[in-house]
Amino acid sequence: MATPLVPGRTTGRHVPGTFEQINKLARYQLREYIRSRRFVALAALIAIIGGITTALVAHFRGSLATDDLAFYGSLWGGGSTGVVIFSAVFFGGDAIAGEFSNKTGYFLMGLPIRRATVYTGKFIAAYLASLAMLGLFLAILLGNGAFYFGLSFLPWQLGASLLLVVVYLAAVLGATFLFSSLFKTAAYGFVLTAVLFFFGFTVIQALVTGLVKIEPWMVISYASSVVGSVFAPPVNWGIHPTIAQVMTFGGGTSTMYTAGIAEGIVIMVVYFVLTAVGGLLLFEREEFT
Amino acid sequence: MPSVETRDLSKSFGRFAALSGLSLKLEGTKCVGFLGPNGAGKTTTLKLLSDMIFPTAGECFINGISVQQDRKRALADAGVLIESPEIYPSLTPNEALGMVADLRGVPPAERKGRIAKVLAEVKMTEWADEKVGRFSKGMKQRVNIAASLVHDPDVVILDEPSTGLDPRGMAEVRAIVRELKRSQRLIFMSSHILSEVVDICDEVALIDRGKLLFYDTLANVTARFAGGHSTVDAAFARPLPPEVVDARIRPLPGVAGCEQLDARRLRIRFTGGTDGQERLLEALVGLKLGVLSVAESESALEEIYLSQISRGD
Repeated sequence: MATPLVPGRTTGRHVPGTFEQINKLARYQLREYIRSRRFVALAALIAIIGGITTALVAHFRGSLATDDLAFYGSLWGGGSTGVVIFSAVFFGGDAIAGEFSNKTGYFLMGLPIRRATVYTGKFIAAYLASLAMLGLFLAILLGNGAFYFGLSFLPWQLGASLLLVVVYLAAVLGATFLFSSLFKTAAYGFVLTAVLFFFGFTVIQALVTGLVKIEPWMVISYASSVVGSVFAPPVNWGIHPTIAQVMTFGGGTSTMYTAGIAEGIVIMVVYFVLTAVGGLLLFEREEFT
Repeated sequence: MPSVETRDLSKSFGRFAALSGLSLKLEGTKCVGFLGPNGAGKTTTLKLLSDMIFPTAGECFINGISVQQDRKRALADAGVLIESPEIYPSLTPNEALGMVADLRGVPPAERKGRIAKVLAEVKMTEWADEKVGRFSKGMKQRVNIAASLVHDPDVVILDEPSTGLDPRGMAEVRAIVRELKRSQRLIFMSSHILSEVVDICDEVALIDRGKLLFYDTLANVTARFAGGHSTVDAAFARPLPPEVVDARIRPLPGVAGCEQLDARRLRIRFTGGTDGQERLLEALVGLKLGVLSVAESESALEEIYLSQISRGD
């Protein structure tokens, strides 16, 4: 400890290291998320979706729950990516922009803490809050699955899909944090991420496939298809896509691409790395004017 | 010795030069008022000192450590309150200050005691476990002040801490800053409220249009800009007849003039700066006329402020 500048005062206090600060900040930020209205609202939304799912399965059991693989494939494969997007928009959409517009950043930036620490701590908290939402959705599905098939009939594909969703969540949150770093107004970040993930990427994917006629490997929503395709045998574990010609309504044919599992993972990891670095660089340069 | 320094500090926003080559060095344990009209560059300077914005040129130092080179070390022994920050609304003051203490590395053994102490200082003990989101602006500002003190810093940087508060809130914030002065810190506080600066600060730096106009003690500032005279307002316990003023106060060494403000208050112009003020105070007490207080005259500083600011128009 350094010599006190003022007698009797503990000067030169040891400020925790970066990783310790990230850990501490993430804990408080997670507490803030968990107590927020948006956390309760999203949990309620997922509970409602889960309730509807339960009712649908009960009603259409014959087609939705023929076996455990079809059950988890249709409900987890289709629903979990939606939960990821909702969570990312709710917890990441204004994560950085809100620090400026809500002025909470002025509270943090007066502390001896690096901007990268703030960014990473908030990212980890948003990631954990999103995982909690995925956990809730999974719990509802497992409850249904246990009722119809018993918990001993858990397909290994569900585990694989869970791992893929966890990677997808990192990629989507990375992108939402990047978009959030572009603005100093929370609403802008929130709206942009919502529009892009709910409509934008799907439209871009359709345009790239339909008009440019190439594989839409550059679109994150394309990579997310691996979360569901892992349930559909034969599984393409490779780095190259499965290409199929499908008939269109006009009588012509159209090419349909489905990402291989390895390819999907690579796209998601690259998305995560590029958006995380990009968002961090933007945040490092933004001024609290 | 705690210190705050800016070296040739400049900041432009597009074509607008908010700050032009500001060089200022504050050292020791005292309270320095940073005065200037709106848009003068006060908040810009304080934001540069806390690395919230980045300089176009120049550098800032806290306790000799460059803020721009190593913000983490530079801000370690500084408490900063810029504008009116918002605290995460679901946290309680105890939790918010706990977060600050954790991130600043306050040892666990001291943590609880420090938080309780600063909450008591800002009179928020009663609301320590209520959510900040329900607080009034004044209450939030008090928690913000507590957050800037929780690690017992040597340097405290406050940006117009009483702005936006009601008169009671303003008085409370002033009382808190006055109390801070007793605990031997370097306090650098921006304000555009002259009475606040006269009331609290030992020294004053005046800035306008991004340039430093002067930095000195209050007595020296008034002496320099009032033809070598400083001005104080003295209050007495009993009415002071004019003949007593003429016979006993006007002849005191260094006294250049007296103006009776009312029966019990006198405005005294004197020479000699800080030393002269000390001699005058001793002499007034020695006369046994019932002196209650002698304070820097707010109106003198106001005249200087207006003359210096209008010179730039």
